[in-house]
Amino acid sequence: MSDFRLKGENVHLWRGDHHVLRGVRFEVGAGECLQLTGANGTGKTTLLRTACGLAYPEGGEITWRGQNIRADMQAFHAQLAYLGHEPPLKSELTARENLHFWIGVRRRLPRRELDQALERVGGNQWADRPVRTLSAGQKRRAALAGLTLMRVPLWLLDEPTTNLDVEGQKLVGSFIDEHVQAGGVALAAVHHELAVSRPESLRRMELTFD
Amino acid sequence: MAWTWFHRLASPPHVYRLSARLTPWLAWPAALLIVAGLIGGLWLAPPDYQQGDGYRIIYVHAPSAWMSLFVYTTMAVAAGIGLIWRMKVAHAVAAASAPVGASFTFAALVTGSLWGKPMWGTYWQWDPRLTSELILLFLYLGYMGLRSAFDDTQRADRASAVLAVVGVINVPIIHFSVVWWNSLHQAPSLMYLGKPTMPPSMYVPLLLMLVGFTLFYGAVLLVRLRGEVLSRERAASWIREAVRT
Amino acid sequence: MPPVRRGFDTADDAGSPAVTALGAAHLVLARDLKLAFRKRSQLVQPLAFFAIVTTLFPLGVSPELSRLRPIAAGVLWAAALLASLLALELLFRDDAQDGTLEQYALSGRSLTWLLAAKTAAHWLLTGLPLALMAPLAGIALGAPNAAVPGIVISVAVGTVALSLIGSIGAALTLGIRRSGALLSLLTLPLDIPVLIFGARATELAIGGEAYGVPLQLLGALAVLGLTLAPLAAAAAVRINLE
Repeated sequence: MSDFRLKGENVHLWRGDHHVLRGVRFEVGAGECLQLTGANGTGKTTLLRTACGLAYPEGGEITWRGQNIRADMQAFHAQLAYLGHEPPLKSELTARENLHFWIGVRRRLPRRELDQALERVGGNQWADRPVRTLSAGQKRRAALAGLTLMRVPLWLLDEPTTNLDVEGQKLVGSFIDEHVQAGGVALAAVHHELAVSRPESLRRMELTFD
Repeated sequence: MAWTWFHRLASPPHVYRLSARLTPWLAWPAALLIVAGLIGGLWLAPPDYQQGDGYRIIYVHAPSAWMSLFVYTTMAVAAGIGLIWRMKVAHAVAAASAPVGASFTFAALVTGSLWGKPMWGTYWQWDPRLTSELILLFLYLGYMGLRSAFDDTQRADRASAVLAVVGVINVPIIHFSVVWWNSLHQAPSLMYLGKPTMPPSMYVPLLLMLVGFTLFYGAVLLVRLRGEVLSRERAASWIREAVRT
Repeated sequence: MPPVRRGFDTADDAGSPAVTALGAAHLVLARDLKLAFRKRSQLVQPLAFFAIVTTLFPLGVSPELSRLRPIAAGVLWAAALLASLLALELLFRDDAQDGTLEQYALSGRSLTWLLAAKTAAHWLLTGLPLALMAPLAGIALGAPNAAVPGIVISVAVGTVALSLIGSIGAALTLGIRRSGALLSLLTLPLDIPVLIFGARATELAIGGEAYGVPLQLLGALAVLGLTLAPLAAAAAVRINLE
C-alpha cells in the first residue's frame, strides 16, 4: 500500500501554439494531499487531465507506483477517481440511479453502501429526485458521494468545492482527511484552501504564467 | 542505422530542408514522362478498332483514377503512422495529400464523363468505376470537411486520421458492393480496354503517364508539405532560421 | 457516521468482488434504455421522420402502387439511412456534454466494450423500431403482405450495421457544433454497401424471391462493423477527450 505515489517529471504540453505545461514537476505519495493553486488559465485542469491520462503530454512522463501510466492505462484508471468541473450526472436520472450506474460499471456496489454514502452527503432529501431538479450544490454533493464509493487510492479533483457552502466545504475536507489517513493519495486543484483538519499536512504547489 | 533515418524523417526542420532538395528530382522526370506519355498516347498510338480516337482520353482518365486511389491509400497510411507513433510530419503528409487526391478524383470523374459522351451518348452513366470514383470523392470531401471543423490542429490531425484509416478499410468493400450492384442490372459500362490485347504502342504511353502522374504527385506533395510544416511549426524557433535562407 | 472502511480496491486487493465485463456492459445498456424511456418523445422523432420521407415519394412520383413497387426497396432504404443518421444524435452527444462519457473512458474498463454496449442500446431504441415499422411503409409502397418478414429481417440486420458505422462518425464529431451535415457526409459514403445489399435483399423479398445471398452479405457487414466500429469509435472518443 505504501507504494502509492504519483509523480510527474518534466511535463510539457502544448495546446496549439500555447505552451500550457512548461516542465512541470510534482510528486505526491501515500497519505498526502497536494493542493494545486494558480490563476485561471495557468493549466491546473490540464495538469490534472494529464495526470489521469486523458491528455497526452508532448514531453516528460507521469508515473504511478513507479510505473509509467501509459504502460497499462486500464489498470491505472481502475485505481483512480477523477472529478472534473461538472458533476458527471445524467439529468433525467435520480442521484441514486446515477451513482448506481456510474460506480456499478467499476465495482459491485451493494445497495446499503450506496444509501450510506448518499446519507453522508445529506442526500436523504433529494436522492430520489431527477438530477435536473437539484441545485448545483446538491449535484456536487452527489458527485462527492460517488467519489467515496469508488474505493480507489488515487483522487484527482478539479475544484471539488465549487458551489458548496461552508458546511459542504467541510465535508470535502473530511473526505480528504479520511482518504489520506487511510493511505490514499489526493491531488486537488482549488481556488480556496481545502478545509482539512490539519492544513499543515497539505503539500502545496502553485502554477503561474511565467 | 535505419532507425536514425526514420527518426530524422520525423523531424520537421529536416523534412523542410529535404523536401526542398528532393522536389526538382521528382518534378523534372514527372514533366518529361507526362509529355512523352501525351505525345505517345495522343499522337503516336494507333486508333482503337472499336472506339476510334475517342479512347485517347484514357491517357488522362486512367492515371487520374489510379492516383485518386494511390493518394487516398498514402494519406491513410501516413495518417495511421501519425496516429500510432504521434508523428507530426506524418499528419502533415496526410493533410497535404488530401486536396491533391481529391483533385485527381475530380479529374477522373470529368474525364470519365467526357469519355462516356461519345460512347453512351450521355455525360453520365452509373458505371461501377465512375460510381466508385464519385463515392471516393465524397470520402475525400468528408476527410477535408472533418479537418476543417476543428480549430485545434492536433485534434484535427488525430480525428481525421481515424477517419482515413476507417475509410481505406472501406474502399475495397465499397468497390465490391458497387460492382456487385452494377452486375445485377444490365447497365452500360465504360469500354474495357484489356491490357493484354493492347499493343505496346498503346500501353507504353499509359505506363509513362502512370509513372509520370505518380512522380507529379510526389513533387506536389513535397511542395505542399513544406507549406504545411511551415504553418504548423510557426511558433518554433528553427523557423526563423530556415525561412531566412 | 463514517462508512466501514475496507481499504482500497486495487488490483492486488482481493476485497470486494469485481464487476465482470458483461456486467458492466449490461449496466451501460440498462442505463441508456432507462434514460431513453424517460424521454420517450425523442425516440419517436426518427420514426416520424422515416414515415414522412417515405410519404414524399408517392407524392413526388406517382400514387400508383404499380409504379411505386419497383422503387419501394430503394425508397425504404434511403429513408432508413436518413432516419438512422438523425438518430445518431442520441448516441454520444448527451454523455459527452455532461461528463459521463469521460467517466466511461476513466472507468478502468475497455472503452471499446462500453461503446459497443451503448451502440447496442442505440440499435434497440432506433434500428429495431425502424425494422418493425418498415413493412408498413413497404406495404404503402405496394409491397405484398408476404414480403413483411423479409422486409423486417433485412432492415433489422442492416440497421445494426448502420448503427455501428454511424457510431464512428458520431464519435468523431462529438465536439463540433452543428455537426449534422458533416456527420452525414462522413457516414453516408460508408453506409453505401449496407444500402446496396440491404435494398437488394428487400427488393427480392418484395418480389417474392429468395433473398439469402444479399442478406448474408449484409450480415457480414454487420459482423465486420461489430468487430471494428467500436474500436474506431473508442479511439475517436479518446481523441476528443484529449
